[in-house]
Amino acid sequence: MTIGLLEFLGFKKKKKKDESSKNVAKERLQFILVQDRIKLSPSEMESLKKDLLKVMKKYVDVDDQEIEMEINREEQMMAMVANFPLRRNNQ
Amino acid sequence: MAGKSLVITSGKGGVGKTTTVANIGTALAMMDYKVCLIDADIGLRNLDVVMGLENRIVYDIVDVVEENCRLEQALIRDKRHKNLFLLPAAQTRDKTAVQPNQMESLVEDLKKEMDYVVIDSPAGIEQGFKNAIAGADFALIVTTPEVSAVRDADRIIGLLEAEGLRNPEVIINRINTDMVSRGDMMNIEDIIEILAVKLKGIVPEDNIIIVSSNRGEPVVLKENPKAGQAFKNIARRITGEEVNFISLEDNSFFTKLKKIFSFS
Repeated sequence: MTIGLLEFLGFKKKKKKDESSKNVAKERLQFILVQDRIKLSPSEMESLKKDLLKVMKKYVDVDDQEIEMEINREEQMMAMVANFPLRRNNQ
Repeated sequence: MAGKSLVITSGKGGVGKTTTVANIGTALAMMDYKVCLIDADIGLRNLDVVMGLENRIVYDIVDVVEENCRLEQALIRDKRHKNLFLLPAAQTRDKTAVQPNQMESLVEDLKKEMDYVVIDSPAGIEQGFKNAIAGADFALIVTTPEVSAVRDADRIIGLLEAEGLRNPEVIINRINTDMVSRGDMMNIEDIIEILAVKLKGIVPEDNIIIVSSNRGEPVVLKENPKAGQAFKNIARRITGEEVNFISLEDNSFFTKLKKIFSFS
């Protein structure tokens, strides 16, 4: 889910690219399911990401190359989990 | 008798719902349970053909709902197992001919007589799907290792849960082990990770399925090590038995599968 969404959000994948058709299928599927599950178009997702980043940056120093977002399905609900890694200020 | 009802559904068409219903139903009957299969695909009836019972239809589900006949009159007894019955769909009507509340009471009536009522859902997410799931205690979703089928399965999981059918389980049909090992097909682990539901069964791709539908003889009737055994295992799991997943290729893969199962 993470890799697919990162790519979806316009971030480069950190993992080495596996070009097997199964992996292409899996990544495309994960990408499609993010949209299906939360009913947001790719452009809406992009602006959500930008807005979230803007708000976060107002208060903390976010490393915007490392943001991770995923949609998880749990027992009774779905959750959007966003991970904003902070830059260390003292370096 | 207080039987259980389950619906076999998928969203996408052509993934093997009807074959799955015919085989699971027959396998349950072979285990001496009293079973009724309901074809809820009104207008596109096919379960009778897969079961080889197409020449015996007199009344159908719509006749029962419209009270043109009694429920027992519409039930067709299987050729091979006297404890297996089919309630066929109507072929000349559409999905609106049965309402969810009618389906519910029909299934309730059958559960009084049967151990298991297995409902074959039509493809799609419209009225026919809603009717098919109306009387079900739990749901099994059939998918294949393709992007479109898994996507539709995900959609169906959401819809089932919205309708109160919690914790549906998935049957992955037509797994081709050669393609999986070449990296040209998503494996069980990939699909289960994406769908986040429990695995109920793995059915390998098997040409015998076409042969068995040609003849109208579910594959579980004969000793068949691939698809037949897989469907028998699913039937046993439905009755609450713990059955290991069949080994599809080598031991490492088998170990992986066991690992997935132990998560739940």
